[in-house]
Amino acid sequence: MQRYIAVRLAQGFVVILMVSVATFAMMHFIPGDPVSLLIGEARISQEQIDLIRAKWGLDRPVHEQYLRWVSNLLRGDFGQSVVRSGVPVRTMIAEAATVTITLNLIGFLISIVIAVPAGLLAATRRYSAFDYTIMVSTTLGVALPNFWVGLMLIVVFSLLLRWLPPFGLGSWHGYVLPVAVIVIGQLALLARLMRSSTLDNLGEDFVRTARAKGLRESAVVGRHVVRNALLPIVTVIGYRVAFILSGTIVVETVFAIPGLGQLFIESVNRVDYQVVQAIVMVLSILVVLGNLVTDLIYGFIDPRIRIR
Amino acid sequence: MSRATTVFPAQPPPTRTLVRRSEWTRGWQRFKRYRPGMIGLGFVAVLTVLAIFPDLFAPHSHTWIFRGMRGAPPTWAHPLGFDHIGRDVLSRIIWGSRVALLVGLLASGIAVVIGVTVGAVAGYLGGWVDSLLSRIVDTLMAYPLLVLLITLAAVLGPSLVTVVVIIGLTTWAQYARVVRADVLSLREREFVLAAQAAGASTARIVFRHVIPNVLGPVIVLASLGVGGIILLESALSFLGLGAQPPTASWGGMLADGRAFILIYPQIAIAPGVLITLTVLAFNLVGDGLRDALDPRQKDVMITR
Repeated sequence: MQRYIAVRLAQGFVVILMVSVATFAMMHFIPGDPVSLLIGEARISQEQIDLIRAKWGLDRPVHEQYLRWVSNLLRGDFGQSVVRSGVPVRTMIAEAATVTITLNLIGFLISIVIAVPAGLLAATRRYSAFDYTIMVSTTLGVALPNFWVGLMLIVVFSLLLRWLPPFGLGSWHGYVLPVAVIVIGQLALLARLMRSSTLDNLGEDFVRTARAKGLRESAVVGRHVVRNALLPIVTVIGYRVAFILSGTIVVETVFAIPGLGQLFIESVNRVDYQVVQAIVMVLSILVVLGNLVTDLIYGFIDPRIRIR
Repeated sequence: MSRATTVFPAQPPPTRTLVRRSEWTRGWQRFKRYRPGMIGLGFVAVLTVLAIFPDLFAPHSHTWIFRGMRGAPPTWAHPLGFDHIGRDVLSRIIWGSRVALLVGLLASGIAVVIGVTVGAVAGYLGGWVDSLLSRIVDTLMAYPLLVLLITLAAVLGPSLVTVVVIIGLTTWAQYARVVRADVLSLREREFVLAAQAAGASTARIVFRHVIPNVLGPVIVLASLGVGGIILLESALSFLGLGAQPPTASWGGMLADGRAFILIYPQIAIAPGVLITLTVLAFNLVGDGLRDALDPRQKDVMITR
């Protein structure tokens, strides 16, 4: 197990290193120098431009810029925004991430609370009307573009019914529609997964044994099947943390929410490469850590893996 | 060759060509029994015809601006109404199918070619080549896809070609993983040994003997992936990073719909319905193909 952890940690480190090189290279090739964007139409002398470039280290060789960036990253310093001069990128990301994480956490909790029982019920009553309803609605749900769902919710609840605000997070009312969009998206995926993993487990030998020793069906499902069926759900949550966060980029645009997604898109459009680099790195590290932690947790909650 | 050379004693000895074909024919027989898959295939077929000949089916020009008709509601001649500058929405929907299918199919094609090649080479050669390629696959998978695509689209300058290329270049990792795992077990099989003994070159063994055996799962993955790619394309277009105006794309129409949602809410309805139906159709075809070609695979969704 220790060797396994060491290998996984080393692999994760290599991946993060490669991500950092790739990200830096990508941002380096972005057309449009942030300095020229910053000064815009203003008449400014070449000396002043050189001064700004020197201040940001843009006059140094590429590999030197990269090393400086990485060593700052390791100290938890993401640098400063080029566009919003003087504001540390860390502060900008922390503010935006709070909003995004809050939204996603609420959305995800609600999805799990609904999806797990729904998937379980659909699987134990296979081919029932309820099962068909779940299958049809989740098949449809997976195909729905989340930003369009958001637009339609605005039309219904803000324009027609006038119950909720269409944009922004002024009060708690503003959270309802974005959270609903997140729930609809995750619900379809999780309920489907829960259903299929329950079905898999219902066919296992230990279920036959439990039934053979006279356990009531509710005890078979409640005590034996559920625990095993939840394993893939744990995996999906761990593996997808960062994807889920980035998946809300478009949803945040729809509702004009000042979260990570909007910060990212604004920074891309304004060539604020310090911010873009930082967000990409944070999300990628989150993916690697998510995978690693999930694998370790998996070994902890599923003893079968520890033995191997 | 696990499935292709299975012996069927009850059947009369078939001719050589029949044996080679029968696997796909039987796959098609199995696919036909899955009705949602056939419905999905029908929808895709209709959409393909629309996408190839939009000028024959669109009732109006997709760029013509009808004066004084901004955001006007549907009429008999314009069943889906007008957009925010007075263009016929139905015609733009029909032209938009071109972008969706083009990106969905071409980007999938690029991803499949790269992924299968990388996966087969990594799995067959093993050693340091495998380690290197696997780390590249890991790196690609560590990027949240949409974040990577937005950055690349901004770096390269948004256009239809950019969208096809960057989606193709970033979504091949899943094919590489599946193919590599399959090839790892295939390369130990007798027919590979036989080919090696016969003196076949590595390239010949990989492309003629190994890759044909992993195509089943790849086709299934690819058909399930097209829907996800169409969703990605529409998200990029929605953010203004896809095909540029005046090209009609469903995601771009939704961006207009969002900008004018408080004034002309009806603009945002039709493009979303079409995206959903198209993605649904491809997913249903994928489900059917999975049952028909690759019974081992379970219900895994690969939307990211």
